Amino acid sequence: MSTNSIGTVNYLNVDKSIWSWIYTTDHKRIALMYLAAMMMFFLVGAGLGFIMRLELMTPGKTVIDAQTYNSFFTLHGVIMIFLFIIPGIPAVFGNFFLPIQIGAEDVSFPRLNLLSFYLYVIGACLALYSIFFGKTIIDTGWTFYVPYSLTTGSDVMLPLIAAFVLGFSSILTGLNFVTTIHRMRAPGMDFFKMPLFCWGLYATAWIQVIATPIIGITIVLVLLERTVGIGVFDPAKGGDPVLFQHMFWIYSHPAVYIMILPAMGLVSDIIATFARRQIFGYSVMAITSMSIALIGYFVYAHHMFTSGMDDTAKIIFSFFTFLVGIPTGVKIFNWVATMYKGSIDLKTPMLFVLAFIFIFSIGGLTGLVLGALQTDIHLHDTYFVVAHFHYVMFGGTVFIFFAGLHYWFPKMFGKMYNEKVSKVVVALMFVGFNTLYFPMFLMGYMGMPRRYYESLPEYTTYHQVSAVGSWILILGILLMVGNFLVALNGKRMAKQNEWDSMTLEWTNAATPPVTLNFDKIPTVTAGPYNYPDYSDSEGNPSLEILGEKH
Amino acid sequence: MSHTAEHSHDASHAEVHVHRDDFGSKLGMWLFLFTEVILFGGLFLLYFSYRVKYSHDFHEGAMELDLVKGTMNTAILLTSSLTMALSILFLTKGNKKWSLIHLAVTILCGFGFLINKYFEYGHKIELGIYPSKTSGELMNMPEGQQVFFGLYWAMTGLHSFHVIVGMILLSYFGVQIIKQTKVTQENYARLENGGLYWHLVDLIWIFLFPLFYLLH
Amino acid sequence: MSHGNEHAEEHHSVGLGTYSIVWFALLALTAITVAVAGINLGDYTLFIAMLVASIKAMIVINVFMHVKFDNVVVKWFLAVCGIIFAIMFIFLAFDVLLRY
Repeated sequence: MSTNSIGTVNYLNVDKSIWSWIYTTDHKRIALMYLAAMMMFFLVGAGLGFIMRLELMTPGKTVIDAQTYNSFFTLHGVIMIFLFIIPGIPAVFGNFFLPIQIGAEDVSFPRLNLLSFYLYVIGACLALYSIFFGKTIIDTGWTFYVPYSLTTGSDVMLPLIAAFVLGFSSILTGLNFVTTIHRMRAPGMDFFKMPLFCWGLYATAWIQVIATPIIGITIVLVLLERTVGIGVFDPAKGGDPVLFQHMFWIYSHPAVYIMILPAMGLVSDIIATFARRQIFGYSVMAITSMSIALIGYFVYAHHMFTSGMDDTAKIIFSFFTFLVGIPTGVKIFNWVATMYKGSIDLKTPMLFVLAFIFIFSIGGLTGLVLGALQTDIHLHDTYFVVAHFHYVMFGGTVFIFFAGLHYWFPKMFGKMYNEKVSKVVVALMFVGFNTLYFPMFLMGYMGMPRRYYESLPEYTTYHQVSAVGSWILILGILLMVGNFLVALNGKRMAKQNEWDSMTLEWTNAATPPVTLNFDKIPTVTAGPYNYPDYSDSEGNPSLEILGEKH
Repeated sequence: MSHTAEHSHDASHAEVHVHRDDFGSKLGMWLFLFTEVILFGGLFLLYFSYRVKYSHDFHEGAMELDLVKGTMNTAILLTSSLTMALSILFLTKGNKKWSLIHLAVTILCGFGFLINKYFEYGHKIELGIYPSKTSGELMNMPEGQQVFFGLYWAMTGLHSFHVIVGMILLSYFGVQIIKQTKVTQENYARLENGGLYWHLVDLIWIFLFPLFYLLH
Repeated sequence: MSHGNEHAEEHHSVGLGTYSIVWFALLALTAITVAVAGINLGDYTLFIAMLVASIKAMIVINVFMHVKFDNVVVKWFLAVCGIIFAIMFIFLAFDVLLRY
């Protein structure tokens, strides 16, 4: 196929006017616009986290007052969840690579795709407007539980409207991806020949379509209650605040699978590339993605064990919470089995994946600790929960988001970053991340509550260790961003197929891709990870393959 | 239906041959309908929960609703679904005139529905049974009835909003049929998808009606 | 998956006659459900009302919305939506029915 197209016309330089970007329907350009916006919001959210950690380093006020602290943890959650991690991998890498990986020119509804982006920007602006121009910034926590969210004087309207608009963006993206995967696959690309990244996106897209409207209606009801006094959640009017929690978590639990499933799909793609193996148990990996998406609806009330729910209901939700760990565990075993006796190349994306497996396993296992009723009584609303979800969301999804950046950077931009620097980035992030969050498991276990501005003296050292971890982590993040910026402006060209990967975006599309993804739509005959296996049927290294140069 | 290649221009000014994918559009429309189903579904979940909790108050509240208007509205929407389906049928047969007539009747049915709701809502407001933070009678009624009417206003209000949106959508397609621009005998996916939306509005009412009006 | 002729489903198989009969059936079911509501069936009232509503819904979906004649993918999509909503309902009911 063609060599690096950086010197010729490609999707980036074909038209450089700002309007060509604003009105584009090219999925690749939309993906980059999402990326630029999301990285900005991520840095804002990280900044909020940085200040929160600073605040907790000493008893009493360190840098901000208590009301501000409440607003900070609320905004940190809203920004990180609604502006960064839920659009996350699908909006950037899904948009860019789903069509290419299935051999299509674009998604099913390119203009709807652009609308999704516009809605994202509008939602983001509404959320950020409320920060700078609201009278009191929202302080309910990102979960905006009633009754406080009904009565608080802080500005709840704008952030909730923002969340509604962002939800719409998410729904339309999911709708687009489901249809694209059903309708736009190249000839020969059966469902079970798609890369696992696409399967992850498919499972996610279904959740986006079906689960998101529940939070939509919940938001509408809270807004109606605050404005015209419709009282479906207000206890004074006969409402039940626990029902609010049910409605909230019916979406928000499947939402965490929106966050992780694309990441897990990408992990499979990366491991296949850097272990040069077909994924162990490919079909099972596809099916477990779909199963996790489904079972996610059976477990949502594990966020509500201390809310006053009925005991039998609690037992049922706890049971299914353990059940959903099974397909997740299967994935981890299959990834490890793929690596076993593979030809492993420890490039940066692979290092991120290894870090992910370690961190996500801790996150997942601590999820089971929380899923058990007796332990949850003690751990609910403590720092143990904070540590758990940062391990799975940050060390899980976001680390793989970063892995994806390092994996696909050469393809998207035709340039290459400094590999030594990127390995330092992984090291800094891994050390910083664990230093920041592991003490939280210990603190939470000992009783430190979450969302507290003050803490008892016995926790101070842990908070200080965490803060130092946050500095190391942020250093790693800034180094990563710097590495990319230097690469973008630099002269180091990427190879056409930087990693010798076998999926369609590497084998059949230019680097960077031209506007029309393919010279000719490929006809697919083989599976997505068509690497010669490095072992024969008995698991012994195959002598013919060893020594073969790729 | 065969696929017509349309030429579309993306920002790169390269010509991209886009095959019209009517079935894909239909799938996309169904997915959007699912979001509407779940949106209302959330309200139905709340309705069921509170009905279990306040079965007596819900019964009392339902007595205040006008069964005649409710039944009329059900009949109106069912009829509008018929005329909607017929509008599409006539278009596929090339009969623009009868397609437009049935489309117009569909939209008129929407008006009829809304007029009924206008009188119903007006009556409720006269009685003071409306959500408010400061005025009206609702806040003095038993808690379960407050929830009942809160749900009544929210669910029928949201539904009426969707009726209005549907009417606007169908009018827009009506204009396109007249002008023979984007909705024609060969290219009627838009009208079909608009029809799906309208049928959904009917479906939601099929469930709303017994839950609010048939509680005695 | 190639773009096969999914419009193999015939609009002509559902003509004016079928639509009219179906419409009449829907009106009849409405009349039945209103009449039944007058009879006191206690706990079964809600169940029967929902049952009749579901039958009406299935008719609208299959005939007016054409799902009966559509490609099987549409039916699978509907099934997914229905099943997941049912799950939401059932799991919420575990708490609601046992607590209220």
